[in-house]
Amino acid sequence: MFVAPAFAQSADEGAAGETHTETGVEHGSGHEAGFPPFDSSTFPSQLLWLAITFGLFYLFLKRVALPRIGNILEVRRDRIAQDLDQAARMKDEADAAVAAYEQELAEARKKANVIGQEARDQAKAEAEAERRKVEARLDEQLSEADERIATIKSTAMKDVGAIAEETAALIVQELIGSKADKSAVAAAVKAVRQ
Amino acid sequence: MANDPIHQFQISKLIPIEIGGLDFSFTNSAAFMVATVAASGAFLFLTTSSRGLVPGRLQSISEMLYEFVASMLRDAAGSHGMKFFPFVFSLFMFVLVGNLLGLFPYFFTITSHIIVTFALALLVIGTVIVYGFWKHGLGFLKLFVPSGVPAVLVPLVVLIEVVSFLSRPVSLSVRLFANMLAGHITLKVFAGFVTSLSAFGVAGMAGAVLPFVMVVAITGLEILVAFLQAYVFAVLTCMYLNDALHPGH
Repeated sequence: MFVAPAFAQSADEGAAGETHTETGVEHGSGHEAGFPPFDSSTFPSQLLWLAITFGLFYLFLKRVALPRIGNILEVRRDRIAQDLDQAARMKDEADAAVAAYEQELAEARKKANVIGQEARDQAKAEAEAERRKVEARLDEQLSEADERIATIKSTAMKDVGAIAEETAALIVQELIGSKADKSAVAAAVKAVRQ
Repeated sequence: MANDPIHQFQISKLIPIEIGGLDFSFTNSAAFMVATVAASGAFLFLTTSSRGLVPGRLQSISEMLYEFVASMLRDAAGSHGMKFFPFVFSLFMFVLVGNLLGLFPYFFTITSHIIVTFALALLVIGTVIVYGFWKHGLGFLKLFVPSGVPAVLVPLVVLIEVVSFLSRPVSLSVRLFANMLAGHITLKVFAGFVTSLSAFGVAGMAGAVLPFVMVVAITGLEILVAFLQAYVFAVLTCMYLNDALHPGH
């Protein structure tokens, strides 16, 4: 399996043209030492297979593998950016919703105040009207009562003279034992009352 | 032969092919190049086949590799450099998986051969030079003339810059090659101690505990080195590509 020295020598002669100019100093000590890395007879084969394998590898990576990985990374970056955008948009929407809610709340509060004020005013007005009505009725009743009192008083006053005369006549009759003069009693009562 | 630490780097022909006097045989090295490419390609392809919006574990690994290399390239060469992303990613994956596969016992390490790493390094530098001249024309040569250097020093600085530029492919390739080579030789040597010492009976086995612990520790270290060297290779590639994109310092 190993490179036969004779073959190595002959191959080395043949390879002289291409490989030696490229590799310069390194393989000078190659032949006598038998050190494999400096054995120039293996150079053409190594160079050829390196060119083939590395060339194919380069093409494969350039055409297939690297675009694919780059694409994966790009898609992920885009997706993250997109998600962040969406999150920002949603946040804006939420902020807008909060603002709208607060505005509505303020309006509702204002409206509630207005309604409350109206209700209060109305209630006050009604209460006032009611009070007036009650007062008017009370006044009316008061005046009616006054009137009745006045009539009662006047009738009572009218009767007081007769009753006093009658009573006085009875008292006098009891005291003196005889009927008192009616006109004298009336004059006396009248005198007292004045 | 079993304890020969160099034996693991031997290249053997699986399917002999010879074209025009040159040996293009399908070797164990070629087989492991195919395995490296197939394993990493299949991994990247299969783990992402579900295209999950929320990635699974394996898909996460593919995505992490992608983003790791992408950010490395973007940091070093700016967003213009992203046109080289497939190239840098292929290099990174190829070197990484090649290094890691080589850590399995009896597996061949493709990056332990200088010709492979040198070819990859030349590919990088070749890309830099071709793209640099194609994009900037002769303006690419400004790379060798840093701005703000006194006129007297310009020839010296240009010389230094040119030498440093030319040494890039060498340092790039030798770094990876030497790390892989040295690591695997060290592993093999310590593993060899374990078997040799165990042959001397109970006392030998007790003595073999230390090299055995070392083998375990070095295996861990080698996994780190496999990652690190792939990363270094890719990072330097990014920096060199940055020179091609923006030659004025």
